[in-house]
Amino acid sequence: MTEMLPVLAVFLPMLGGVLVFLLGCGPRNAWSVLTVMLSLTPSLLLVQQVAAVGTVEHHLGGWAPPLGIRLMADGLSALMILLTAVVGGLVSMHALGHFAERANAARNFWVLWPLLWGSLNALFLSADLFNAYVTLELVTLAAIPLVLLAGSAQAVNAALRYLILALFGSMLYLAGVALVYGLIGTLDMQLAAERLSGAGWVLDLAAALMVTGLLVKAAIVPFHLWLPDAHGGAPAPVSALLSALVVKAAVYLLLRLWSGPLFEPLSQPAAAWLLAGLGVAAILYGSVQALRQRRLKLVVAYSTVAQLGYMLLLFPMAGLLAWQGVIYHGVAHGVAKAALFLAAGNILYQLGHDRIVDMRGSGSVLAISFGCFALAGVSIMGLPPSGGFLAKWLLLQGSLQAGAWWLALVILAGGLLAAGYVFRVLRAAFQVPDPDAEEKLPEVRHIGAMMRWPMLLLALTAIGLGFAGEPLLTLLGDVPGRLG
Amino acid sequence: MIYQALPLWTLMTSLVAALVVFAAGESRHRLRITVNLAAAVFKLVLVGVMLLGVLRGDLFLVSFTILPGLDLVFHADALTLLFTTLSAVLWLVTTVYAVSYLEQRPNRARFFGFFSLCVAATMGIATAGNLFTFFVFYELLTLATWPLVVHNGWPKAMAVGRLYLRYTLGGGAVLLLGIVALNALGVPGDFLAGGSLDGLEKTHPGLVYGIFLLLLLGLGVKAAVVPLHVWLPNAMVAPAPVSALLHAVAVVKAGAFGIVRVVYDVYGLEVMAELHLGSLLAVVASITIIYGSLKAIAQTDIKRRLAYSTVSQVSYIALGVGLGSPYATIGGLVHLVHQGLMKITLFFCAGNFAETHGVHKISELNGIGRRMPWTTAMFTLGAFGMMGAPPMAGFISKWYLGMGALQAEAYWVIPVLLASTALNAIYFLPLLYRAWFGRPAAEHEPAGMAEARPGLLVPTLCTGLAALGAGVLAGMPLSPLSWVTFIVGQEYGG
Amino acid sequence: MAGLDVYALAAAVLMGLGFHGLVTQPHPLKRLLAVNVFGNGVFLALIVLARRLPDGPDPIPHAMVLTGIVIAVSATAFGLALVRRQAQDRERGDD
Repeated sequence: MTEMLPVLAVFLPMLGGVLVFLLGCGPRNAWSVLTVMLSLTPSLLLVQQVAAVGTVEHHLGGWAPPLGIRLMADGLSALMILLTAVVGGLVSMHALGHFAERANAARNFWVLWPLLWGSLNALFLSADLFNAYVTLELVTLAAIPLVLLAGSAQAVNAALRYLILALFGSMLYLAGVALVYGLIGTLDMQLAAERLSGAGWVLDLAAALMVTGLLVKAAIVPFHLWLPDAHGGAPAPVSALLSALVVKAAVYLLLRLWSGPLFEPLSQPAAAWLLAGLGVAAILYGSVQALRQRRLKLVVAYSTVAQLGYMLLLFPMAGLLAWQGVIYHGVAHGVAKAALFLAAGNILYQLGHDRIVDMRGSGSVLAISFGCFALAGVSIMGLPPSGGFLAKWLLLQGSLQAGAWWLALVILAGGLLAAGYVFRVLRAAFQVPDPDAEEKLPEVRHIGAMMRWPMLLLALTAIGLGFAGEPLLTLLGDVPGRLG
Repeated sequence: MIYQALPLWTLMTSLVAALVVFAAGESRHRLRITVNLAAAVFKLVLVGVMLLGVLRGDLFLVSFTILPGLDLVFHADALTLLFTTLSAVLWLVTTVYAVSYLEQRPNRARFFGFFSLCVAATMGIATAGNLFTFFVFYELLTLATWPLVVHNGWPKAMAVGRLYLRYTLGGGAVLLLGIVALNALGVPGDFLAGGSLDGLEKTHPGLVYGIFLLLLLGLGVKAAVVPLHVWLPNAMVAPAPVSALLHAVAVVKAGAFGIVRVVYDVYGLEVMAELHLGSLLAVVASITIIYGSLKAIAQTDIKRRLAYSTVSQVSYIALGVGLGSPYATIGGLVHLVHQGLMKITLFFCAGNFAETHGVHKISELNGIGRRMPWTTAMFTLGAFGMMGAPPMAGFISKWYLGMGALQAEAYWVIPVLLASTALNAIYFLPLLYRAWFGRPAAEHEPAGMAEARPGLLVPTLCTGLAALGAGVLAGMPLSPLSWVTFIVGQEYGG
Repeated sequence: MAGLDVYALAAAVLMGLGFHGLVTQPHPLKRLLAVNVFGNGVFLALIVLARRLPDGPDPIPHAMVLTGIVIAVSATAFGLALVRRQAQDRERGDD
C-alpha cells in the first residue's frame, strides 16, 4: 500500500476531476468535496511516509527504468506536495464559497483544479527529464483554462499570451532534453547526474535551453510579461493557486536540475551569476512595479514576479544554507501569497472594486480581510515572526558565508521595497475619509465563513511557518546530489 | 518547567490580551478594559515573582529550536528585570490613562490590541536570550507600533507613519545584517555576562568593528541617536498614550536596551575597550545629548520640545554604557528607569493640558498652574528631574554618570554633563515659569480650578511620585538604583 | 552524435524560423504557428538522435516525439480555440 502512495497522489486527484466532469459538482458540492478528500489523503499520507522512512520510490506498472517511469518522493518532493496540499486544501474551501453563485464556473473549476493538483504532484514526483516535461505541460494545460474562469476578454488575451509563451518554453526545455539524451542515452535524473560530468559545450547548450525554457514558464524577468495580467485578472482562488503553486513548479524543476544533472553547467561562475543577476533584476523590477500599481490584485501579482527572483539567488551561493533558504522561501511565499490573493479577492468582492486610492477608510469595516493581508504581508516583507523571515535569514547567512555580500544587500533592499508596497495598501486602509469631501464609508458586501476562514488560516500559517523551520527543514534533508 | 519559563509567560500575558482584544471586537468595551487591566496586573505579579527569583539566583531559561542550530531563547537575568519591571508598571499605568484618554473615540479595539502587542514585543526584547530572539521582537515592535502612530488616520499622521517606517525598517535591515554577519562567523550572539564573541575579535578585528557599527546603526534608530532621531519628534502627532509608549515604555527603550545588551553581553567590556568602541559610543552619545537639548530650545510645541528632550536624555544611557566604568554603568542603566518615569509623567501632563484645555503650544501655558495645579505640580517634578535637580531621580543618574566619567578618566564628559544640565534648565524653566506665574491671555476663560479627569490625573500622579520616590528612596532595597548596583556587581564579577 | 547532415540542418532551420516568427509576428495565430514550427524542429532533432545506436533506430526518442506531438497538438487546439474566442470578442466589441 505505502509504495502505491505516489501513484495515488497523482491519479486520485485526476480521478476526482474526471468524476466532476461526468457528474457535476453534485448536490451541495458533494463531488467537489469528495475530490478534495481524494486529493488530500494520499498527499498527506505520502508526506508522512517520507518523513518516517525517507525517500519513497515507485516504478509505474512494475517496469524498471530506463524503460519504465520512476516516481520518486524525496524530502524536496514531500515538502512541495505538502505545500500543495495545504494551500490547495484551503484554497479549495475558499473556492466553494467563491463560486457559490456561478454554477458553470464552479463546475469548470472543479474539473480543472483537481487535474492541476494531480499534475503538480506528478511533476514533484517525476524522476526523469522527459516525464518532467510531460507533467510540466499537464500543469500548464490545466492552469491556463483556469485563468479563463474570469470570463472577460482580458482574461482570454492573458491566457493566450501565457499559452504561447509556455508552449515555447516547453519546446526549449524539450530541445535541451534531446541533447542530454543524445549525450548519454538516458533520461533518468539520477543516472544522468552520474554520467554527465565533463560533457563540454553540448551539455552547456542543453542546460541553456532547458533553463531558458523553465525561466519562461516561471515568469522570471524578462519573461514575466504574461504573469501580471493572468494572475491579476483571474478569479481570486485561481490567482492564489497560480502564484503559490504553478510558477513554483517550474522553479522547482530548475532547483531539481541544479541539484542533479545540470549541476556542473549551472555551477560555472558565469552561469550562476547570470541566473542570480536575473533574480536580482526580478526582485528590483517586480517590487518597483508593485509599488506603482493602482489595483490591489496587480500589486500582489507583481509581488510574485519579485518574490520568485529570490529563488534564483541560490546558484552563486551554492551551499546548504542557501538551498534550505531558497526552498523555505518557496514554501513561505506559497502560503503567504495564497493568503494575499484570497484577502485581495475578498476585499474586491466586499468593496466591488480593488482600486487602492478608493479604499480610504475601509480598514475598520474590512478589518479581517486587511488584517489577513497584513499578516501575510509580514511574511512577504521577510519580517519576523514569519516563514518569510526564516527564509531571509537563511539566505542572508548563506550569502555572507559564500562571500556574496552584495546579494545580502539585494535581499535586504527587496525586503524594504516589499514593505513599501504592503504598507501602501495598509495606509489606504488606515486613512480616514476626507471629512470635507463628505465621503461616506463604503457599502460592503458580507463574506461568509467559507471565504473568511481559509484566508485567515493561510495568513496564520504564513506567520506560523516562522516557528516551523526545524521540522520542515528536517523533512527536506540535505542537498540531494553532488553537493550533499 | 512552568517556573523556569516565567519569561515566556510574561510575554504571553500581553500577547493573549492582545488576541482577546482583537477577537472581542469594537463594541465590547467592558470586556476589553477588564482583560487589559487584568493582564497588566497579572503580569506585574509574574514580574514580581521573577524579580525575587533572580535575586535568589534562580535560573529562568526556555528555548525553542527554530532553525537547525538557531534557537529562540527567553531568559531572565537582572538586566531583563530592570526593563520588564519598568515596562510592566508603566503598562498598567498607561492602560488606565489610555482608557480614559480614548473614551468615545473610534477604533479602540484596534488601539488596545496593538498596544498590548507592543508590550508583548517589549517583553520579548527584555527576555531575549540571544541576538536572534532580540531581533524577532525588535521588528515585531516596529510593526505593532505603526498602527498606533497612525491611529488618527489623518494625512499628517499617515505621513509621519511613513517616516517612522522608513527609519525603523531601514534600521532593522541594518541590524539584521549585523546579526547575520555575526552568525555567519559562528557567533550565535548569546547574551552572556562578559560577552560571547569567543575570541572572534582576535581573528577578525576589522569585521568585529564593522559589525558593531552595523548593530549600533540599527539600534540607534530606535534609541533616537543623532542623526537617526528624526522620526521621534515627528511621531508626537500620535495620541498621548502612544507618545508615552514611544518615549518611555517601549520603543526608545528597546533601542537603548539593545545597545546595553550588545555592549555588555555580546561584545563585553574588554573587547569594547580593546577596539576603542566604548569611546566611540560615548562620543556619539555626547553629541546627541547636546544636539537634542539645543533643538529642544527651538521648539514651540510642548510635545515636540519633550520629544527632543527624549532624544537628548536617552543618550545618557548610551553614554554611561560607552564609558564603561562601574559608576558610569550604574548611571546609564539607572537612567533607563529614571528617564522612563520622568518622561512618561511629562507626556501624561502634556496630554492632560491638551485634553482638558486644548493647550498645545508653550505660549498657551500661561497660568495653567492655577487651573490644573496637580498636573502642573507633576510636570514640575518631571522637569526638575530632567534637569537633574536633587533629590529627583535624574540627579542620581547624572551624579553617577559624572562619577563614572572621572572613574573612566574621560574628563571631557564633565563639561558635556554640565552643558546638558544648563540646556535642560533653559528649555524647561520658562515652561514652569509660564505655567505657575504667567498671566493667562485675556480671551481665556476666567481662572478657577479645572483639573484633568481622574482617569488621566491618577496615572500622572502615580508616575510623578514614582519619579520622586526613585530619587528620594534611592538607598532602599529594590529601588532602581540598588537593583542596578546589583546588576553592575554581576557584570563586573562581584 | 550524428554529424552535420541534412536532417540536423533542417531541424536547426525550422527552429530558427519558428523563433524568428515568434519574436517578429504580433498576431497570436501566427505566433501559435511559429511555436509549432519551432516544435517541429525540436521533434526532427529528436528523430535525428534516434540514429545514435549502431544497429537500428533507438525507440526512446521516437516515443518522446510521439508524446511531444500529442501534447503540442492538444495545446495548439486549445490555443486555436482561444484565438477564435478572441476574434469573436473583438467582433462583438465592434458592433
